[in-house]
Amino acid sequence: MNLDKFVSLENIEMTFHTKSGAFTALKDVNINIKQGEFVSIIGHSGCGKSTVLNIIAGLYPASEGVALCADREIAGPGPERAVVFQNHSLLPWLTVYENVMLAVDSVFAKTKTKAEKDDWVNYNLKLVHMDHAAHKRPNEISGGMKQRVGIARALAMQPKVLLMDEPFGALDALTRAHLQDELMKICAEINTTVVMVTHDVDEAVLLSDKIVMMTNGPAATVGEILSVRLERPRSRLALAGDAEYLRCRQAVLTFLYDKHRKDDH
Amino acid sequence: MSQMQLKSFLLWLAPTLLGILFFILLWSGVSTATDGKIPTPAVTWTAGVELFADPFYDNGPNDKGIGWNIMYSLGRVGLGFGLAALVGIPLGFWIGRSLFASRAFNPIISLLRPVSPLAWLPLGLLIFNSTHWAAIWVIFISSIWPMIINTAVGVSRVPSDYMNVAKVLRLNEWQIMTKIMIPAVLPYLLTGVRLAIGVAWLVIVAAEMLTGGIGIGFWVWDEWNNLNVAHILVAIIVIGMIGLMLEAALVWLAQRFSYGE
Repeated sequence: MNLDKFVSLENIEMTFHTKSGAFTALKDVNINIKQGEFVSIIGHSGCGKSTVLNIIAGLYPASEGVALCADREIAGPGPERAVVFQNHSLLPWLTVYENVMLAVDSVFAKTKTKAEKDDWVNYNLKLVHMDHAAHKRPNEISGGMKQRVGIARALAMQPKVLLMDEPFGALDALTRAHLQDELMKICAEINTTVVMVTHDVDEAVLLSDKIVMMTNGPAATVGEILSVRLERPRSRLALAGDAEYLRCRQAVLTFLYDKHRKDDH
Repeated sequence: MSQMQLKSFLLWLAPTLLGILFFILLWSGVSTATDGKIPTPAVTWTAGVELFADPFYDNGPNDKGIGWNIMYSLGRVGLGFGLAALVGIPLGFWIGRSLFASRAFNPIISLLRPVSPLAWLPLGLLIFNSTHWAAIWVIFISSIWPMIINTAVGVSRVPSDYMNVAKVLRLNEWQIMTKIMIPAVLPYLLTGVRLAIGVAWLVIVAAEMLTGGIGIGFWVWDEWNNLNVAHILVAIIVIGMIGLMLEAALVWLAQRFSYGE
C-alpha cells in the first residue's frame, strides 16, 4: 500500500446540475494525504471545501478524476471513512449510548460479540469523556457534548480516515478550544488519519500537519499546501509566540486575505 | 397547593365556569323562545340520566341502548380507520420516498381528497351490498387522505443528515426504515392519524343517518322520527365528548413520541 498516498484525489472535477444550469464547483483538485496525517482544508465559505470532504466520504461522486483511499477507488460512503457532521447529526430518538451502538452494531455485526460491542461503545464514550451521559438523549446535553458524541460515533467505526466537516464551527470559543485539545490527545492515542474542513485559521495551524488552502469558487481548486512543522504534543499556550506557528498562521492569513480575498460579503 | 398555583387555577376556573353558564343561559333562552320545542337544559339532563341509567339494554335489533349504538359506531370507525391506516401509511411512505410514486399518485389524491365523504356512499352500497360495510367504506375513504399526505410529508422532511449517517453506516433498507425513517416520521404520522380520526368521527354520524341500522348516527335520526328532541341533544353532547376523548388520546400519544432536537 502506498502510505504516502493513503488518500488521494487526482484531477477531481465536480459539476452540479442545478435548475439554472451546470455549476462547476471544483476543478483540477489534487490532494495526497499520508497515513496518520492530520490535514485541514481551509478556504472562504462557498469555496467547495465541504464538497472535497464529501467526495472523500463518498457521499458525492466526483464528475471527473479519481478518488482513492487505501489504494481502492472510493465508490460510495462507508464506515472506513467515518464522518463527523457539522451539526452532529445524532438521532434524537436514541440515547447517547444507542447512537454510538447503532454505528458499532452495523460495522461489527459479525466480528464482535454482544459484550464486546458494549465494551467498545463504552470505551469510545470514555475516550471523549461522555460516559457519564450515556443514557441521556441528544436534546438533554449541550452542543459541545453532542459533538463529542458525534466524534465517538465516528471513532467507534474504527475508520481508516476520520472526516470532520467544520466539527467545532457551531460551538463557543471556550468549548471549541477545549475540544480541539482533546481531539489532539485522541489523535495521538489512536494515530488515525484525519481530514478536517475548517474556516478557522488558528484551528487549522494548531491541529494540522498539512493545510490545504482552497481558492474561491466557482471552479475552486487547491491554491497552496502548507506543511506545519511543529512538534507534538502541541500546547496552544506555548505556541502563541512560537516562530513556526506564527509563520504558518501568517502564510494562511496572507493566502486568505491577500491573495484570495473575498469581497462579496 | 401554593398560593400561586391556587391563583392560576382560579384564573382558569372562573372563565371556564362563566362560559358554561353563558351557554346554558343561551340554551334556556332558545328553549323559552321556541315554547319548549327545544328542551331546556334541565329536561335534557333528566333524559340523559335516564338513558345512561341502562345504556346496554337489548330489546331486539331495532331497540338497543345508547351504549350499544355508540359501540357500533366506534366499531365502524375503528375498522374503517384501521384499514385506511393499513393502506395509507405504507402508501405515504412510498410516495415520500419515490419521485415516481409521488408523480403517479399526487394528481389522483388532489382530485379525490376534496370530495365530500358521503359522495362515496352509493358506490359502497353498490360494491359491498351491505349498509354496514358501506359505512365502513366511507370512513376508510375519508380518513385515508390525511394519513397518506402527512406520512409522505414526514418522509420527505427526514433531514438529509440522518440519511447521510445511514449511508456512511451502510444500513440496509430494513434498518433505514426501523432505525431512521419510522422514528423520524412518527410525529407527522400521528398528526395524520389525529386528523383522520377527527374526520372519521364527524363522518360516521352522517353516514349512519343514511344507512340506518344500529349506530349513534341512526339513533339520532330515529329519535327525530320519534320527535324526542331531548334525546337528540343528549346524543349531540355525547358525540362531542367522544370526539374530544379521541383527540385527547391521540395528543397524549403524540407527546409520548415527540423528542427535542
